[in-house]
Amino acid sequence: MSAGAKREERWLAPAMFLPAVFYILALVGVPLVLAVLYAFSDARIGGSGFHLVGLENFRSILQSPGFRKAIRNSIVFTLSAQVIVIVCSNILATALEEPFRGRGLVRFLILLPWVAPVSLGTIGWKWILDSIYSVITWVLVALHVYKPYSAPMWLGEPNLAMASVVLVHCWRLIPFSTVIMLAGRSAIPKEIPEAAAIDGAGFWRTLFQIKIPMMTPILSVAVLFGIIFTFTDMTVVYILTAGGPFDSTQTLPSLAFATGIAGSDLAAGAAISLFLVPVLIAVAYLMLRVAHRSEVA
Amino acid sequence: MERGGLHRFGARALHVSVLGFFVVALGFPFFWMLIAAFKQNIDLYTVENNPFLFNLPPTFEHIRFLFVETRFMRWLGNTALVGFLVVAITLVLAVPAAYALARLAGRWGERLGIAIFLTYLIPPTLLFIPLSRVVALLGLQDSIFSVVLVYPSMTIPFSIWLLMGFFKSIPKELEDAAMVDGLTRFGAFFRMVVPISVSGILTVVIFSFTLVTQEFVYALTFISPERNQMIGVGIPIYLVRGDVYYWGSLMAACLIASLPIAVVYNLFLDRFIAGFTVGSVK
Repeated sequence: MSAGAKREERWLAPAMFLPAVFYILALVGVPLVLAVLYAFSDARIGGSGFHLVGLENFRSILQSPGFRKAIRNSIVFTLSAQVIVIVCSNILATALEEPFRGRGLVRFLILLPWVAPVSLGTIGWKWILDSIYSVITWVLVALHVYKPYSAPMWLGEPNLAMASVVLVHCWRLIPFSTVIMLAGRSAIPKEIPEAAAIDGAGFWRTLFQIKIPMMTPILSVAVLFGIIFTFTDMTVVYILTAGGPFDSTQTLPSLAFATGIAGSDLAAGAAISLFLVPVLIAVAYLMLRVAHRSEVA
Repeated sequence: MERGGLHRFGARALHVSVLGFFVVALGFPFFWMLIAAFKQNIDLYTVENNPFLFNLPPTFEHIRFLFVETRFMRWLGNTALVGFLVVAITLVLAVPAAYALARLAGRWGERLGIAIFLTYLIPPTLLFIPLSRVVALLGLQDSIFSVVLVYPSMTIPFSIWLLMGFFKSIPKELEDAAMVDGLTRFGAFFRMVVPISVSGILTVVIFSFTLVTQEFVYALTFISPERNQMIGVGIPIYLVRGDVYYWGSLMAACLIASLPIAVVYNLFLDRFIAGFTVGSVK
C-alpha cells in the first residue's frame, strides 16, 4: 500500500462512519438524556416553565395504584408470553425442520403474523374478539357452551382482556421465535444427533440432552428479543383495549403514552417510561454475553 | 414391519396435525379479514348467521368505499414517500459506515458496531416523549417529515450491523487488487465493493421500508391530521368512525396493506434473522 493510500485511510474511516454515529447520537442519545431530564422536571405540553423538581414525579407515580398495576401487567404479559412462545415455537420448529411438499407455503402462512404490520394484525384480532360479532362467541354458542347473548365480552372483562393481550403477543412472536430456532437447528451438525441415535438415545433424550443444550445460545437470543418486543410494546395494548377495561390491561408503555402525550404531562410520562430501562440494560448485558461466548467457542 | 409402518403413519399424522393447528391459529386473522372484506353489512351484522359462510352474495362495496370515500390511497402514498426517503437516508449513512467499521477501523470497529447495534434495542416507547418535543421545536409536528427524520435512527443501527457482516465476507484481495490498479480506497469501496454487495444493500432496503410500514408509536405521537397519516396508524385509528359499522372496509384495508409487505419481507426474512442472531449461529 502506498503512503498516499495510508494517509487516505487515516481520515477515510472516521469520515465514513461519523455521519451515521452523529445521526444516532442526535436522535437516540439526545432524546435519552432528555427523557431523564424530563423525568426530574415539571415539563407539560403547552406549559411554559421547565423546572427541576427532583424525585417529585417518581414519588407521585410510585404512589399511584395505576402505575403499580401497569408494572405488574407488563411483567405478567412479558413472562407468560415468553413461556408460551418458547414451547410453541420449539414444537413448530421441529415440525418445519425436515423438508416436505408445500413447506414454502406453510412457512409463509405461519410467518404472516410477524411479517405483516403489527397494528393491522391486531385490528384483525379486535374483530375476532368483538363484543357482539365475535366468531369465537358464535362457535361457542353453536357448540352450546353459552346461550345466545350470554357469552362473555372478550375485551370487556379484565381477566379475559389480559388473556387476549397475551394471546395476540404470542400470535405475533411465535413466527419470529420459530425462524430463529430453525436457524439454530440448522447450525447443529447433523452427525451429532445421528450418532446419538445410533448409540441408542431416543427422541426425547436426543432432544433434552443434545439438541436443547446445543441450542441454548440461540434460545436465549429468541427469549431476549421476545422480552424486548413484549415489554416495550404499546401497539397491541393500545389498539386492542386502549388499556381498558378500567385500566386493567395498562402496561408501562401504554400508561406512559396515556399520561405523557394524551394527558399532556410530559414529566410523569417520561418518568414512567424510564422504568423500562433496567430491563433493557439487563437484556443488552445478556445479549453481549451470548455474543461473546459464541465468539470464544 | 407392520408395527414400523404404523409407527411411521402415526408420526406423519402428528406432523400434519401440528402444522395444521399452527397454520390455522396463526393465519386465521388474515383469513377472517378476507371473509369480512367481501361480506355485505347485513350478513356481517346478523348474529344468527353462520359467519363462515356467505349468507348473501359477496360484495365489492367495502373495497369501493375504502378507495373512493376514505383517505386510504393518500395514506398509501404517504407511506411510500416516507419509505423512499427513509431508505435513501439509511443507505447514504449506513453503507459507508458499515464498510468503515468492517474494514478500516480494526478491533474497535467491531466494538463500535456492537454498540451501534445495541441502540437498536432502545424502543420508541422510551424516546417518544422527548422526541415529540424535538419534533415540535423543529416545526415538523403533524408533518410526514417528522417520521422521515426519526425513522432512520431505527433503521441505521440494524442496517450497519447487517452490512458489516456482509462486507466482512468479501475477500480483502478484491480491494487490494483494485488499489494496485490505481483506485483510491474510497474508489475501491465505491466501484468494486458496492456493486458486488447489491444483495446485502437490497436486504437493507427491504428492512428499512418494511420498518416504515410497521411502525406505530412515533407516527401516532407526532402526526394528528388524518390526511398526513401513515397506513399503520391511519387504518386502525381513522377508519374507525364512531358508532357506524366499518368492519368490512377496515378488514379490506388491513389485508390490502399487509399482504404485499408480508410477501416481500418473507423473501428476505432469512437474512434479517442472520442479523438478529448476533453471531450466536455460525
